[in-house]
Amino acid sequence: MTERTPDTDLLFKALADPSRRKLLDLLHAHDGRTLNQLCEHMDMTRQGVTQHLAVLEAANLVAPVWRGREKLHFLNPVPLQEIYERWIAKFEKPRLKALSNLKKRLEKSNG
Amino acid sequence: MARSTFVYVTYIRTTPEKLWSALTDDVEFMKQYWFGVHCESQWTAGSSWKMVSESGQILDAGEIAEAVPPRRLVIRWQHQNKPELKAEGESRCTIELEPFGTATKLCITHTIEREPSKLIEAVSGGWPKIISNLKSLLETGSTVLEDPYPTAAER
Repeated sequence: MTERTPDTDLLFKALADPSRRKLLDLLHAHDGRTLNQLCEHMDMTRQGVTQHLAVLEAANLVAPVWRGREKLHFLNPVPLQEIYERWIAKFEKPRLKALSNLKKRLEKSNG
Repeated sequence: MARSTFVYVTYIRTTPEKLWSALTDDVEFMKQYWFGVHCESQWTAGSSWKMVSESGQILDAGEIAEAVPPRRLVIRWQHQNKPELKAEGESRCTIELEPFGTATKLCITHTIEREPSKLIEAVSGGWPKIISNLKSLLETGSTVLEDPYPTAAER
């Protein structure tokens, strides 16, 4: 398979930030939001949110759709699917699942 | 009005013409990346459209609302198989192809005028896998997933 380093780098860099992951979670909960709607949930300036969205768009994790003069942001999960196939699916999923269940159970009993 | 929409975008190193063909009339090619499923239509505005499973069952059916090869395809899409999904009525699937350097940008928007929508939930789980397979097949000649749910136990 052809290596596509630049795209992959953009993708992982985009994911390597808690605010950007929060933006993805917000869109996952309710897709197609405007900048204003997203700003309501973010503890940062409008400019900050705009910049984070630009990084997510460059990585193709957020797809902008124009409805009239309104820019709506949609979570685009296709690159995440590619990460899944490239980095997760091949590493013996059932055992990872068992570990993740164990971790969840242990952490729950601590709380 | 309440609506449910999802948007999927990917960039595939191919021409809009080849991608159009892969999404429409190339039935055998489609089966390779769509887990055995294929679509039947004349692919012109007003013609009927249906999605058929490997065993010949009609999964979804509708009509082509717009067809501008190799750029834009709009399908009026209604699920046929599961009663609760069929009851939601018609959805609208817009497929847009746009040259982007040496690649083609593929944008799929699927909308239904209700929220929440079980249909949108159902198709949104499938599209990323289909698109990912299509991209891989066009770019490398092989698919990455042969089964839509390779780890069924996980769900």
